[in-house]
Amino acid sequence: MSTVSRLARATLAKDLRLEWRSKDAINSMLFFSLLVVVIFSFSFDPTAEESRRIAGGLVWVAFLFAAVVALNQTWAREMRNQVLDAYRVSPAPPNALFLAKVMGNFIFVTVLQALMTPLFIVFYNLRALGPAYQLPIVAALGTWALVVNGTFFAAMSLRTRSREIMLPLLLFPISIPALLAMVEATGAILTGEFSAKFWIVLLAAYDVVFTIASLFLFGFVLQAE
Amino acid sequence: MPPAVVVTDLVKQFGRFPALRGVSAEFSGGKLYAILGDNGAGKTTLLRALAGLTPPTRGIISMLGTTDLRSVCGQMGYMAHPSLLYDEMSGMENLGYFAGLYDVHNTDQRCTEVIRAVQLDPSLTRPVGQYSQGMRQRMSLARALLNDPKILLLDEPFSNVDLRSVREMVSLLTGLRDAGKTIFVVTHQASLLEGAADECVWMEAGQIASRTSDLAARSETP
Repeated sequence: MSTVSRLARATLAKDLRLEWRSKDAINSMLFFSLLVVVIFSFSFDPTAEESRRIAGGLVWVAFLFAAVVALNQTWAREMRNQVLDAYRVSPAPPNALFLAKVMGNFIFVTVLQALMTPLFIVFYNLRALGPAYQLPIVAALGTWALVVNGTFFAAMSLRTRSREIMLPLLLFPISIPALLAMVEATGAILTGEFSAKFWIVLLAAYDVVFTIASLFLFGFVLQAE
Repeated sequence: MPPAVVVTDLVKQFGRFPALRGVSAEFSGGKLYAILGDNGAGKTTLLRALAGLTPPTRGIISMLGTTDLRSVCGQMGYMAHPSLLYDEMSGMENLGYFAGLYDVHNTDQRCTEVIRAVQLDPSLTRPVGQYSQGMRQRMSLARALLNDPKILLLDEPFSNVDLRSVREMVSLLTGLRDAGKTIFVVTHQASLLEGAADECVWMEAGQIASRTSDLAARSETP
């Protein structure tokens, strides 16, 4: 087992243990997503057809905003007692830390999605008219796109004064292609009007490019003052 | 024997504020250095630069014969003023995680050893966040010792630690020094290292003002 993989697993286990004890990220994310679902369902009363058209956008906006909460938490934990410095002075490779954080956030957002999806289905009367088996693929690729960029930019904004504002400012513009692909793919699957394949391929390509770029650049971000 | 640490014309600028202004010095191995000075003298910045946490604006740091600090970071131990520990985890859990970063073998055994060395109980299960400040400082020292480092960089290790524990920590440090480790201790409480430090490095306004063999000699230097 390589050093990166061993340390990534150890760091991920540590993060999951910390989250299990504090429940900081998951509680905030759940509360936020729940608010979005309930408020939107009260604000308009769409027909099933309309719901299918707008659900893609609605679902991903809710997950995107909720993910930002988790992304801020993930590094805030490392800043308390300056624990990040203990990692920086160690010979451990930066990529192990980055991968662990990405996987941790991926798990948190996936748990959130698993909990919130039934609510979305009930509140918006959703049913997939297209190939439903593609939905988990879109969810996994879309979530990865959000957390890879989010984890990277959250680390970048760590040492800025207003990092909670900085993260969305950096993350949202660069996530537009991925968001577009997620929304379109989800809409295509729910309505069954067109194929989602192009958007899924775009999302996969986006994930590959940004994962490689983030892994390449994270060392500089971690060691930056 | 070549010096363990060589610093040449080290400058660190924070914006327009020069925290270090051309520090040059050689430090032999197997000695305990007390780095002393007023607030803002540059002690912590010097220590962070040696640890590789603060890249210098100019100048060279050579440690254990290399200027690539990353390549020797596994042979360094660093203790900062904050604990560098996760408040939600116990001492053993914290050290277990950090031991993994240094690829320490027999992790449990080593963690138990260093926790006992700082006079704490390895079987304590309560989270570090519930420790007293003194206990946290000692656990932080235990973390810095995990990888059996050749060079120890300690920033204010005695702050908020009771006198009896300080004596035990100083005794531990002198023992490590006698075993050949090079130790740098940044402290305001110079008197606590009296008789233990091999050399006192006095800093003023980002420069080394003087180096004396004992605390009393400072008053004799101009």
